[in-house]
Amino acid sequence: MDLTSRTAGDVLVLAPAGRLDHESVDAFRAAVQHRLDGAFAAGQAVLFDLSALEYVSSAGLRCFMLAAKQANAQNGRVAVAAARPVVAEILEISRFNMVFRVYPAMQEALAALSPEPAAAPPGRG
Amino acid sequence: MRVRFWGTRGSIPVSLTWRDMRDRLVRALVLAAPHHLDSAEKAQGFIAKHFEFSLSHTFGGHSACVELEPAVHGKEGADAGPYFVCDMGSGARAFGEHVLARQAGRPATVNVFMSHVHWDHIMGFPFFRPAYRPEYRLRIHGCHEELEHAFRRQQDPPSFPVPFSALGAAIEFVRLAPGETHEIDGLKVTPMLQLHSGDSYGYRFEGGGRSVVYTTDSEHKLEEAGESEKYAFFFRDADLVIFDAMYSLADAISVKADWGHSSNVIGVELCQLAGAKRLALFHHEPANDDQALARILEETRRLEELTREGEPLEIIAAYDGLEIEL
Repeated sequence: MDLTSRTAGDVLVLAPAGRLDHESVDAFRAAVQHRLDGAFAAGQAVLFDLSALEYVSSAGLRCFMLAAKQANAQNGRVAVAAARPVVAEILEISRFNMVFRVYPAMQEALAALSPEPAAAPPGRG
Repeated sequence: MRVRFWGTRGSIPVSLTWRDMRDRLVRALVLAAPHHLDSAEKAQGFIAKHFEFSLSHTFGGHSACVELEPAVHGKEGADAGPYFVCDMGSGARAFGEHVLARQAGRPATVNVFMSHVHWDHIMGFPFFRPAYRPEYRLRIHGCHEELEHAFRRQQDPPSFPVPFSALGAAIEFVRLAPGETHEIDGLKVTPMLQLHSGDSYGYRFEGGGRSVVYTTDSEHKLEEAGESEKYAFFFRDADLVIFDAMYSLADAISVKADWGHSSNVIGVELCQLAGAKRLALFHHEPANDDQALARILEETRRLEELTREGEPLEIIAAYDGLEIEL
């Protein structure tokens, strides 16, 4: 499986592609870890873009859970978004949608993870 | 090989309440009202055709007790037995009545295989009536050092009024070595160490060309690379895997991590990896009612469809009273 990353505002977007299963999970975990460390240290939220993920196993889901635990420990934020129908069903069957922030679309997720816009300065009359 | 489920619930027995029963009756009466069911036969047929499982059945609430009846055994009368049973949860009371009725006073051996000695897995033993009868020989197998102590202690005051020493059956405790295959009354039995507080052991039973794996109270941490392969080898080509599916995957690896149980999702993955033929969801969460368990069963079947790469894996949810012929 492949992993690409990009930044959208204050959100680090990580996009795994292919199958995340017991064969690929160790490499995925290692590839994600240092990006998480950097993002949370810099105050960035992390969003997993699942639009190119074809399958995720229990071990793969555990990686997302570990990311969430790390976010909690470091006062960070993490979510997943844009899962394909098969992966979306797996998230639902495994009840990840009950313990994890899951968004159907990237735009909605990015809006939710982005910091609140600063209040406009008061007008001068 | 025939498998009878006498107790399928995890952690503590549960039962339907009067409100549960009333709600079911209301649903049933409303469904049946237009159909003029004026005989038992018509009613039976209507139930079979129109009622969902969670209305016509209940998964039941006894804690773990599963009987295996090898094909070479099971004859009625004097040749019945020896018996094989996994765990002595509260379902053991009904199993004992079954043995007594079948034996009708004739002697028999009952081979018990203990996953571990937590209370929900031994609580049925004081009510297992063959233990009180001199014509029975009980051989209680397990891998825990404290196996005998746990059974004796729960008979002692102030927990129970009949001490272990007063039991009439010839009772023997047999320590099994995990990882080794033991020949026991015609069955090959292989225990395997599992992750659970105080340890638990799964059992692989082989006989008459059939294999059954009983694996309950077993947590899968998904941390070690070889863990899945180890379990897949233990489950390899099994005709039936009876699997601890107590929690959702999300709960099992987050808020209920280290609680010692597993999920339906991991059961499907391991059985697919192992080439097993049938998966029985087992050790049901006591907080889940029949509708919740029926929904989990449907979702697990859907997951199997989504992830299938080889032969189909049949998914069932075990319930008290279920019998399966392998």
